[in-house]
Amino acid sequence: MAILIDRETKVICQGFTGGQGTFHSVQAIEYGTKMVGGVTPGKGGMKHLGLPVFNTVEDAVTETSADASVIYVPAPFCKDSIVEAANAGIKLIVCITEGIPTLDMLECKVACDHLGVRLVGPNCPGVITPGQCKIGIMPGHIHLPGKVGIVSRSGTLTYEAVKQTTDFGFGQSTCVGIGGDPIPGSSFIDILSLFEQDPLTEAIVMIGEIGGTAEEEAAMFIKAKVTKPVVSYIAGVTAPPGKRMGHAGAIISGGKGTAEEKFAALQDAGVKTVRSLADIGSGLEEVAGW
Amino acid sequence: MNLHEYQGKQLFAKYGLPVSKGVAARTVDEALVALDTLGGDCWVVKTQVHAGGRGKAGGVKLVRSSMEVKNFAKNWLGKKLVTYQTDASGQLVNIILVEPLVEIASEFYLGAVIDRSTQRIVFMASTEGGVEIEKVAHATPDKILKVSIDPITGAHPYQGRQLAFNLGLAGSQVSQFVDIFLGLAKMFLECDIALLEINPLIINGEGNLHCLDAKVVIDGNALYRQPALKAMHDPSQEDVRESLAAAWDLNYVALEGNIGCMVNGAGLAMGTMDIVQLHGGSPANFLDVGGGATKERVVEAFKIILSDDRVNAVLINIFGGIVRCDLIADGVIGAVEEVGVEIPVVVRLEGNNADLGIKKLEDSGLDIIAATSLSDAASRVVNVSGAI
Repeated sequence: MAILIDRETKVICQGFTGGQGTFHSVQAIEYGTKMVGGVTPGKGGMKHLGLPVFNTVEDAVTETSADASVIYVPAPFCKDSIVEAANAGIKLIVCITEGIPTLDMLECKVACDHLGVRLVGPNCPGVITPGQCKIGIMPGHIHLPGKVGIVSRSGTLTYEAVKQTTDFGFGQSTCVGIGGDPIPGSSFIDILSLFEQDPLTEAIVMIGEIGGTAEEEAAMFIKAKVTKPVVSYIAGVTAPPGKRMGHAGAIISGGKGTAEEKFAALQDAGVKTVRSLADIGSGLEEVAGW
Repeated sequence: MNLHEYQGKQLFAKYGLPVSKGVAARTVDEALVALDTLGGDCWVVKTQVHAGGRGKAGGVKLVRSSMEVKNFAKNWLGKKLVTYQTDASGQLVNIILVEPLVEIASEFYLGAVIDRSTQRIVFMASTEGGVEIEKVAHATPDKILKVSIDPITGAHPYQGRQLAFNLGLAGSQVSQFVDIFLGLAKMFLECDIALLEINPLIINGEGNLHCLDAKVVIDGNALYRQPALKAMHDPSQEDVRESLAAAWDLNYVALEGNIGCMVNGAGLAMGTMDIVQLHGGSPANFLDVGGGATKERVVEAFKIILSDDRVNAVLINIFGGIVRCDLIADGVIGAVEEVGVEIPVVVRLEGNNADLGIKKLEDSGLDIIAATSLSDAASRVVNVSGAI
């Protein structure tokens, strides 16, 4: 099934009737995602985009047997929405919202880990298995069903990698945006291990950026556990220390989290690193022998 | 969001931590009045800026007379302090903190951060206080003691005792340390703190623990629920263009180069800076215009980029995912006309309706160079920036 989602995945939307929820649910339905309803407290019983609206995630799960939920609610309410979905039996939660307080995410992580629920995001474009299921805000039309698994901390950089793998004709198995926050629901390692096990994924693109040590940890994991070819690009070689570069997690602090350290760790792990983001496609061609 | 030392100490006091009674003076007169308020015959005057390394830069002084205080305040108020943590122009000094001198018997470091790897709040303590903790962590990592806070059960007194005994504290200092540790842990959660440091935490002449400095960073994403802390925001400590951009919900960071960059998406904005450098150029800024690069936002972004007179070329790099590139092209053309851009602008459009967008740019009659790819865009903008 590629990873995480496929054409059978039943998806609900939290924040369904809001502007973002509506816009992106329309796009998802057009793409072929099996949307089965949505949740907006107080609007239960209504129909929206031809789908049922529920007051609670629990009601939605009972009525629709949804497996996955995508969250577009504003940041102050996301902790509540994530924990609600996790407790209602949703198995995959994709949170798109940017700007959630970090302490809220610490609590959400504990709740999701405890319940065995996979959380992707927040502050991410979402997850797509091309031709089957699109959960999130990425443009569906640039994707092509195929053999490259893409995992990234950045939305638009994911699109660049998608575009190149589509232009080269490789296509994508699944693309996962893990998001630009300091405490992501899923780490590079979580997604890399899924790609390693997925028979449809033949090579992996990992896109990192400055801040934290997630790329270094991923490099150690790749060295020990990943047999498939990996191409990696890290953004922020030119970023000055101590400055937050857009994403909450993209900051070099106390001299740690530089792009050079990450490039070095990945190279040491046998990963093909590219210095220009325009070289992701050609990098794949080289390491995968396609 | 950074707090000043005096603001951090106000917060510490609220949580029962031992801090000096100080006065934050905004004028020379206020600084002189502070001496009477505080009493005594020896004080420490400290410039309040959002940067460390103040002592070495001359921004902290021991003073014994009102004349010395007057001279210090006159010398610094309204001036910029340059430390190893600031840029070359330094940080503006608007406030001087006046405190009574505290005798120092020994110095420690105590700090707390959200550790991204373990996804826990982690407290760090060290006997190597009063120096740059990054250097200690690098050279002698075993001198940094750590305890991790369980998100469900919270901080425990035993963890404070563990740190205290390992720091070599004894007697009543242990219980004083535990109180400080628990107070900070409570404050961390209640105030949505991203980072805090007491460097140094000292033992004073009476053998008691005392917080001599306070560095506090609040999680910017949590300010909506921290109105009292949000009110402590000091825009004078930020780059003018960065504040202006923030008001328009644009993410801007000033760099040293001459090629202005305007990009949608934070990751792509960094990637664009990097590819400019890779082609031999030097980016002037990071700027994320966000997903909807409308004409209004592009106009404001242009104004901010062009207000930096080092900029002699602009690279616009937009990946039109859901937005259509022809609409973005309209926005760019409108903005170039409205702002009256007089330097070359290289535009790379990719994604939805990119061809139509590029055609519009080419037909506009303006000095806009439509690039065919990201690498092409980078090499073109580097060329035109060097040609001027």
